[in-house]
Amino acid sequence: MSLQFRVEKREQGSALFRALATTASVFTALFVAGFLLLAAGVDPAAAYLEILREALGSSYGLSETLVKATPLIITGLAVSIAFRMQIWNIGAEGQIYMGACGATWVALFSGLDTPLMLPAMFGAAFIAGGLWASVAALLRARWQVNEVIVTLLMNYIAILLTDYLVYGPWKNPDGFNFPLTAQFADAARFSEYFNTRLHSGFFLALFCALALYLLMERTIWGYQIKAIGSNPGAARYAGMRTGLAIFLVLTLSGAIAGIAGFSEVAGLQHRLQHGISPGYGYTAIIIAWLARRSALGVVIVSLLMGVLLVGGDSLQLSWQLPVAFAYAFQGLILFFLLASDFFINFRLRRLKETADA
Amino acid sequence: MLEILLDATVRAGTPILFATLGAIINERAGIINLGIEGLMLIGALSGFAATFVSGNLLLGVAAAFAAAFAAGSIHALVCVQLRGNQIVSGLALTMFGVGCTALFGRSMVGQTIDGFERHAIPLLSQLPVIGKAFFNQDWLIYFSFLLVFKIWFFFYRTRWGLELRTIGENPAAADACGIPVNLYRFLAIACGSGFVGIGGAYLSLASTPMWIENMSAGRGWIAVALVIFAGWSSVRALFGAYLFGGITAMQLRFQAMGTTISAHILQMLPYIFTIVVLVVSTLRLQKGASQQPGNLGQPYDREDRK
Repeated sequence: MSLQFRVEKREQGSALFRALATTASVFTALFVAGFLLLAAGVDPAAAYLEILREALGSSYGLSETLVKATPLIITGLAVSIAFRMQIWNIGAEGQIYMGACGATWVALFSGLDTPLMLPAMFGAAFIAGGLWASVAALLRARWQVNEVIVTLLMNYIAILLTDYLVYGPWKNPDGFNFPLTAQFADAARFSEYFNTRLHSGFFLALFCALALYLLMERTIWGYQIKAIGSNPGAARYAGMRTGLAIFLVLTLSGAIAGIAGFSEVAGLQHRLQHGISPGYGYTAIIIAWLARRSALGVVIVSLLMGVLLVGGDSLQLSWQLPVAFAYAFQGLILFFLLASDFFINFRLRRLKETADA
Repeated sequence: MLEILLDATVRAGTPILFATLGAIINERAGIINLGIEGLMLIGALSGFAATFVSGNLLLGVAAAFAAAFAAGSIHALVCVQLRGNQIVSGLALTMFGVGCTALFGRSMVGQTIDGFERHAIPLLSQLPVIGKAFFNQDWLIYFSFLLVFKIWFFFYRTRWGLELRTIGENPAAADACGIPVNLYRFLAIACGSGFVGIGGAYLSLASTPMWIENMSAGRGWIAVALVIFAGWSSVRALFGAYLFGGITAMQLRFQAMGTTISAHILQMLPYIFTIVVLVVSTLRLQKGASQQPGNLGQPYDREDRK
């Protein structure tokens, strides 16, 4: 070895340095993913150009990017509020499904009409998502059961439950036996804009971002959440009820993710069907981590991920790439993000040089 | 009837057993690995692909171990050398595994191979009730029995095993004794991941000799929960894995008998059961029976003061 390095801790770099490191890690991940594409017989340069063209090159593409970003913003917020408290909600995927089920139940069977229908669907989705997460929340708050495993396993159960409903009791009797519910009435649908699929859910998502920003930065609850997250011992000593807070925050996180399910069925699908979320709940984890837990960051990163998803859909059509390929991208982004954290928190100092260095 | 059910139990439990054993090796070194699900898929695909190309099952198993070893090394690099967050890194590994196997598995969908065949062990397979289920199986299952013993022996009867356990409990103490903490951790993660890969290969080489996208279907997560149930012991992991194999076998049996209960509801059973078992094991852990490695989930930095 001609060079030797010593790893040293350092003060976190400036905000600019951190932003640069984050950006660099995303680009490095895209670069490495290019090799995966190459190995799979796809020209990476052409693929990336196509992603940009499809997602940003036309007004329709842009609107699709916003459509994809909608559930990502909501679930990203849901995951990040739990992150603030060092609680891992890996179950946003299942909570989306349960929110969608709750909203669908109201849409199909309540018989409500225009002014009440959408608020009732919202409420049902909020409660359904929250109840689903409250199982993990109760177990975590009361008995310290690992919430990562519980929320994740509940995803499989939620998806199976949705499948049970759409293949069984809720199946559209006139649907030629496809696993779909009947279409929603107009009262249960969001308005759409500009002759595209862009729907009110996007504005709902932005509203959620604002509400959560205010909750976290301007209220005593937000302060408590952050305090418990950074030092649970000190928070408990200061008289905060950490167990109750953990229960409420994880439940709220699930309820918010449930809203994303409501937005998907009311704005986009207009019915419940198999596979309503292609993994938004998992992408949300990356978004929350990339956004470094800030609400504004979640919105920005979700838009970028929206670009990737819209482009990915088109790659899927033109190159027959599997949908799940987007996960490989996302996994790589996370790895490089963790690596960039290292360079933010530590510096490498060269110890000694030999003549040939 | 009982013999058939027991046989199905062992066959359904074996992939989970390999995965749980791999996860135990990781966690004994103090590293949480949530990439188990992704590693199983990587093992399943590379095992299947290697066997498909070479026609050799052993080569398939070796490829599964090697590929999962390599993928696990990424987790090791991030968690050990770069001191990254182990939960995020594990999730990244799972996503990476799901995505990559979907991408590279396209050409393998619909292909078939000759999977592992049963080889009866003389005398033992004649035992009443358990003989057929445990000793008229394939070589991978016999290997899993051996591995359970080997891992127990390694941790409790060898110096290296003791040193590895020390690292999981208290890396600073291990470091002070001159044990190369980071090297041991790296190897434990990579080798453990390799065994998880063999678990995946069991799915694609023995259970159903073909490649199906996302064929692990949450077994990796069940394994993560089973580590806690097993109290980080390889012998108890065997019972845990067969418990789940039993649930799966019964669920399939119900479906085969043509019950009126929806298949979707029946498929939930293993996941619900895992959560119940996780809660019970966690409660038991808190009553002081804890075998949890003391330093689980913490990166080690010599310069940190504790």
